[in-house]
Amino acid sequence: MKGNFLSFVKKESLHILRDKRTMLVVMLIPVVLMVLFGFAISTEVNNINVAVVAPGRTDGVEDAVNRLVANDYFTFKGYISQEQIDSKLRSGEVGAVVCFTSDYDRRVAQVEAGIQSSPVIQVVVDAANVNTAGAATAYLQGVLLGSASQQAMFESRMLFNPQMKSAYNFVPGIMGLIFILVCAMMTSVSIVREREVGTMEVLLVSPVRPVKIIFAKMIPYFVISCIVLTSTLLLARFLLGVPMSGGVSGIVAISLLYLVLALSLGLLVSTIAKTQVAALLVSAVVMMMPILMLSGMLFPIENLPKFFQEVSHIVPARWYIDAIRKMMIQGVPLIAVWKDFVILLGMTIVLITVSLKKFNDKLE
Amino acid sequence: MSAIEIHNLSKSFGKVKALDSVSLSVERGELFGLIGPDGAGKSTLFRLLTTLLNPDDGSASVDGYDIVKDYLSIRSRVGYMPGRFSLYPDLSVEENLNFFAALFGVTVEESYDLIAPIYSQIEPFRTRRAGKLSGGMKQKLALSCALIHRPSVLFLDEPTTGVDAVSRSEFWDMLAGLKERGITILVSTPYMDEASRCDRIALCNEGHILGIDTPQNIVEKFDSPLYAVRADNMFTLLESSREVQGVVECYPFGEVHHLVASNDFDVKHYKEALNHIENLTITPTQPTIEDMFIKLMKR
Repeated sequence: MKGNFLSFVKKESLHILRDKRTMLVVMLIPVVLMVLFGFAISTEVNNINVAVVAPGRTDGVEDAVNRLVANDYFTFKGYISQEQIDSKLRSGEVGAVVCFTSDYDRRVAQVEAGIQSSPVIQVVVDAANVNTAGAATAYLQGVLLGSASQQAMFESRMLFNPQMKSAYNFVPGIMGLIFILVCAMMTSVSIVREREVGTMEVLLVSPVRPVKIIFAKMIPYFVISCIVLTSTLLLARFLLGVPMSGGVSGIVAISLLYLVLALSLGLLVSTIAKTQVAALLVSAVVMMMPILMLSGMLFPIENLPKFFQEVSHIVPARWYIDAIRKMMIQGVPLIAVWKDFVILLGMTIVLITVSLKKFNDKLE
Repeated sequence: MSAIEIHNLSKSFGKVKALDSVSLSVERGELFGLIGPDGAGKSTLFRLLTTLLNPDDGSASVDGYDIVKDYLSIRSRVGYMPGRFSLYPDLSVEENLNFFAALFGVTVEESYDLIAPIYSQIEPFRTRRAGKLSGGMKQKLALSCALIHRPSVLFLDEPTTGVDAVSRSEFWDMLAGLKERGITILVSTPYMDEASRCDRIALCNEGHILGIDTPQNIVEKFDSPLYAVRADNMFTLLESSREVQGVVECYPFGEVHHLVASNDFDVKHYKEALNHIENLTITPTQPTIEDMFIKLMKR
């Protein structure tokens, strides 16, 4: 019976290999998403034009401006007068203007001597894009307040992702999304297709238990997912420079668990949906939307309304993305995300049990 | 013991009664035809017998196994060809056959002698995708796949629907060949003319069986006088004929209309009544299964 199982796997692989368009889409989507989110859709600060207003160009001011000039993220556009601030920002010539007080050096010296002082630098930012503005302000502070004693006046420090690279943030989200897409959506559609086309009828009138056929169906999709996992990790590491300091093996381990979970989710969808279109819709509405909205991929879970925060607990991607984020960016080992792992494992067991129980070897 | 035994089998889908207390039995090695229009319940009966559905009421056995209790045993010993093409269009002829062989744990070589008369006709195209085959070739491939595990009972649900006349005739020749090898065959068809190729037939309509017998006996039971009528204007002829006294029934039948008469029907009187119709001819004719079917249906 073992050879017989292999021939099921072979048949399923042939279906996939002959559907070149789908194959291409599945292989390309992760790459496109990674590049898109990694580079194009970027909330990080890059190439901000900065002008400076400085009534007295003292040594301290020069120092600060030099630090600005030397920084890759900002382009120094020269000194301007106070009256020009509004027009320069409005015309879009500059994204931010840094204003120094005329007694800048003296007040900085006071601060260094431990005496309280009012602000010495004002940053005026074009906040038409809130994300950029926020990030630019925060980063300008870091650059301008050079010395340690000055920095002590501020609390904000960016850990783990000091440049606030958005790719770091998106990679785990993309992984959470893409595996659901490949495993859950494609398997459910392929099972439902057999039912819709009528081949399921013939398959059922045979000595082979349908569960076995289903498992044979999942294997090629699992292999594809593993290829996607590999390419995603390679892209993340070498193209986007995500550190993954916690070790790749942990990331792979929890990803494999997530793949199995996605496959059983697909199986469950296939027991509910009657047509391929329905399977696609169920996958899109029941799986895609929650992943995008409730998994912390796009919006932090803490910012969600209380009700949706509760709902997010049952979204598997939430736990997966959380774990991947910790392991990839914070660099913690697998053991540190044991809670996510256990929750995912529990969900997988429940899903497999329910979907196998629901899977009927009759037509109704 | 019979190959198929059915006792008062009923099955409903919501409010629709697809099968209403159907009973019949098929002998071993018999080529048995279910004849009836779409919606007669033929496919439902096939799905019940192949254990794809559970009956609401009644019982049935295939090859001695109960369709509810022993459904797994039945599944490994019957061959089933559903009404619509149920192979993989993106796999080649050969890949389809190999897959179905693997499904039943056999090899194509082991069963080659059984499928050879059918499969050899499509073997030259074995690398062609099944979806690209003609209707007749698709049926041959589907039949080969259904036979790959040497089933004792073969269920063929409308195998000749959508197939050209020559291929249909060839297909029935193949079934006759399989019958020679002792395989029990239950076949359904909406084509009345194919009924004569069966050993026995059951006429079914709207979930009921109207009659079971050999094709010949069924025809012989037709006891009313039957005429074929024709004229230049066939539609007027149909309408007017129904008005004439002694005409029980008049319906289109291919090129002519068939006219079922009562015993007091008089040809002369008929011609006089319809003297306004040009080129009217009326000749006695032999009843067919279709005539019997229409008669039973009206009852």
